[in-house]
Formats: sequence, structure tokens, C-alpha cells
Amino acid sequence: MIELQDIGKTFSKGAQTFRAVQNVNVRVDPQSVVAFIGPSGCGKSTLLNMIAGLYPPSEGRVRYNGRTVGDVNTDVGYMTQKDNLLPWRAVLDNVALPLELAGWPPAKRYDAARAMLAHVGLDGFEQKFSSELSGGMRKRVCLARMLLHGPQVLLLDEPFAALDPQLRIAMHDLLLKLWAENRQTIILVTHDLMEAITLADRIVVFSKRPARVAFEGIVDLPRPRDVDSIRFTSRFHEIYTAFWERLRQEYDEVTP
Amino acid sequence: MNSDHLLDRVDQPAETANAKPRRRRRRLEEVGTPVMLLLQAAVGVAFLVLWQLLSGRLISEFLISTPLAILGRLWGWIVAGSIFPHLWATVEATLLGFAIGSVLGVLGGVWLGLSPFLSRLLNPYIWAFNALPKVALAPLFILWLGLGIGSKVALAAALVVFLVFVNTFAGVREVDNDLVDVLRLMKATRRQILAKVVLPSATSWIFTGLKTALPYALIGTIMGEMIASSRGLGYLIQRSGSEFDTAGVFAALTVIAALAVVFNEAVNLVQSRLEGWKVVSR
Ligand SMILES: Nc1ncnc2c1ncn2[C@@H]1O[C@H](COP(=O)(O)OP(=O)(O)O)[C@@H](O)[C@H]1O
Ligand SMILES: [Mg+2]
Repeated sequence: MIELQDIGKTFSKGAQTFRAVQNVNVRVDPQSVVAFIGPSGCGKSTLLNMIAGLYPPSEGRVRYNGRTVGDVNTDVGYMTQKDNLLPWRAVLDNVALPLELAGWPPAKRYDAARAMLAHVGLDGFEQKFSSELSGGMRKRVCLARMLLHGPQVLLLDEPFAALDPQLRIAMHDLLLKLWAENRQTIILVTHDLMEAITLADRIVVFSKRPARVAFEGIVDLPRPRDVDSIRFTSRFHEIYTAFWERLRQEYDEVTP
Repeated sequence: MNSDHLLDRVDQPAETANAKPRRRRRRLEEVGTPVMLLLQAAVGVAFLVLWQLLSGRLISEFLISTPLAILGRLWGWIVAGSIFPHLWATVEATLLGFAIGSVLGVLGGVWLGLSPFLSRLLNPYIWAFNALPKVALAPLFILWLGLGIGSKVALAAALVVFLVFVNTFAGVREVDNDLVDVLRLMKATRRQILAKVVLPSATSWIFTGLKTALPYALIGTIMGEMIASSRGLGYLIQRSGSEFDTAGVFAALTVIAALAVVFNEAVNLVQSRLEGWKVVSR
């Protein structure tokens, strides 16, 4: 269980202060998938950084399984918006990194890394460096690396934005399958309402900066979901229209 | 290429005047490695020929000797084998001084780079040490370490340590914190973060430091040898000079220059091995 309690975050630069997040209260149940939607620059990534324990909140607290998060939360797998691959390592060594840190012998960790790369559709790229990959490929390398760490919580910051539509749907499929196996808690930041509805149980919409919760809603589509067909069901359409209407109201109010 | 032809055709009258110099400049930029080597050799030979011709005519041979005399002196040293103990003494002291200075510089750079508190604390002292003319330390080193190899090595190391330190420090400071965070989230220990993120990403900075410092190791050693020693290329220069043997001075300088080139190439070789990931064709 992840609880954000009255979270606020103010950045300061010299004498200037700058409020990125204000008074956010969100609960994320274990094994649930929650999507965060909000305008660019409103503070979603900042919120994920606080959930991961990388930034301390300026106000309020983040609680994880009943304890206040003080330091980095190593139960968390964090796929950041920027792909943070080690540029001096080839893909295989990047993906195998979490196992290397855990002290696995090379043969074992490379086998596991190769299998995971095949999962994300990157077999054959093991020896490439990140500078030789496209943006979408780097994202998938990050995904593979994160999954090998085996976290209980996945923080995904616009993970599939750089992918073409077919590949994005393939990744949705992969994510749903992995979730069905491992039942991680997932927080997904996205700009894509379709993506949010396909994957999530609940959608939290944030206001413009400073981020506050504007509204939230349940996505009561049954699981397991079939990514190829679920977009065309009438229930999906209803949910989509309802969210779209409220999103429009929300952002229209702010920008008259 | 295509656009060039197009321009030529459209703007014929105006372009014909401009086309030639531009084309020639491009041809000079695209000179291949073998041709460039030939050109470089030609410059060297021209310089030597000029030197040979001027010496004794325009400038006294006593002051600048002649390339042939220098070559003769060098050849004499090699045939007699008398140069080799000196060469070896200098190489040994340079490498030792370089190694000691580099290790201390890297250790210090990493240590202070990781500790903002310590680096602030020691900042004025470090810059004060840097401002010292290192030759001025020679008397101390001779006092402490005697006239042997020790004082030469110390002088070389004193010159090297700061250059390597500054670059390592900057490299460690430049480390991408996001990469550190990735590892922290994966339960990495401090040692693992150091070995797998901090050092690799500081590598090119460290090499810049090593490359800048290597000639200074040689300089430090030669200075040490000139001040107080009975062996080494610096001693050879000193002795030749005091015997008014200009050719001998130049011959020793030639050996030192060649040594510097060899050292530099060696560092380049190691660096390209370690940083293969950076060589990506565009
Ligand atoms: N480390 C930081 N220091 C200063 N300002 C920051 C920092 N991180 C984010 N911000 C600012 O906070 C605001 C929210 O950023 P972010 O959380 O990345 O937005 P989002 O992910 O919703 O697009 C932005 O205006 C950004 O400039
Ligand atoms: Mg963001």
C-alpha cells in the first residue's frame, strides 16, 4: 500500500521558491494499477520521485506498507522519463545490472537478461550501446532492466510515449501479462487516455502546476483484459467518453 | 555534393571566381592519413635542411650546432651504449613518479569528489599547494630522500598529482545523479556505486588528467636530474652544457622529445581500449 498524505513539494533556487506539488492525497492499493494523468510540467515526475524516496517531500509524507518513506525505497522499480542507461555498457550488461549487483554469477545473469530482452522484443541487440538505439528501444531496455530487479512496485513515467502504436500495444500486452503473473503495484504516468483505460484500475487526474488531484475515477473493465479487442468494447467507449468530458471541463476551467 | 553542382550551374558568372579556392580548401581538409604523414615529414625535413644551411653561415655553429652533428652525437652514444643507462634512469623515474602521482591524484580526486564537506574544508590548502612552484620543493626532496632516484620521483609525482587530482575531482562531480539513483533503487552498496557508475563515468576525465600530467612527469624528472643527479637525460643535458657541447644538449633534447611522444601514444592506446563504447560511427 502506497499512501501520499498531504504531499507538497517546493523547489528553491536561491531566493526563488517554486511550488511543484500541493496538498496531494492519493492511496494506491497493493496489486492495483493506477494511472496518473496531468498536463506536462504539472509535477507528476516529481511525485514519482517522492514515492521512490529519491526526493524528500516538503510537506506531508509518503507511506509505504505502513512505514514512512525516508530513504530510497528499494522495493520500487522506477522507469524514469529519461532513459537512464549506463552509456559505457552494452545492452546486455545494462539489463543484467540488477542481478550483477545482487551477486549473480555471469553465466546465470546473462541468461536471464537474454530471456528478458527477448520478452521486450530486443533479441539481437545485446551488444549494442545505448547511443546506437532508438528512443523506443532504450525504453524497452530500461523496462527489461527494471523487471529483472523484480520490484513489487513499478513506477512507470510515460514509458511508452516514444513507441509506435503497434509496439505500444505489444508493450501493453506484455505489461498486463507480467502483472497477471506477478501482481505488482503499478503507477503509470501517461498522457494517453486510451493507454490509461486499457491498463489501469483507477485513474487520478492532476491539475495544472502545482499538481493537486483534480478528480479520480474507477476503470471497471474486467480482467484479464485483451489489449487488441478491449478498445472496441462499448464499456471502454463509455468510460473513455466520461473521462474525456471531465478532462475537458477541468482544463477548460483553467484556460478560459 | 549535389547542391554544389546546382549552385555552380545557377550562378555561373559569380561562382567561377569563388569556386576554385573553396574547392582547394576542401581538398586540404580531406587529406588522408598517409598523405598527411608525408606532409608532416616534409615540414620536419625542411626545418632540418634550413637549420643545417643557416648554421655556421647566419648563426654561429657553437650556439645552435647542426642537425648532422646532433645525429652524429646521438649515433655515437647509441653505438657506445652510453646513452642507455641515462635513458633508463629517466624512464624509470618518470614512470614511478607518474604512477605515484596518478594514484594519489585519483584517490584524492575520488575521495574529495564524493565528499563536498571535505573538499570545501581543504579547498584553500589545495590551491595553495598548486600555486607553489614545484622546482622550489627540490631542495626539500633532496634533503629528505637524498641524491638518488627518490628525489627525482618525488618531484615528478608532485607535478603530476595536482593535475590528475583536479581532473578526477571534476569527473566525479560531473557524475549523472540520475544514474546513481538507478543503482540506489537496485540496492547497490556505496562500493558498487563507486565501481559501476562513478569511476566509469569519470574515466574520460581521469584520462584527460593523465594525458596532461604525463609530460609533467618527464619534466619533473629532468628537473630533478639537472639539479642533483649523476644519471639520466637531465644530467646528460647539464653535463653537455657545462662542457659547451651544444650538439650533446640537442641530442639529449631529441631523446626527451621522442620519449614524450612514446609515452603519449601509450596513454592513447590504453584510453581507446577502455573507452571503445564512445567510438560510434555517425
Ligand atoms: N529537481 C528539480 N529542481 C527544480 N525544479 C524542478 C525539479 N524537478 C522538477 N522541477 C520543476 O517542477 C515542475 C514539475 O516537473 P515534473 O514533475 O517533471 O512535471 P511532469 O512530470 O508532470 O511533466 C516543472 O516545472 C519542473 O521544472
Ligand atoms: Mg514528467
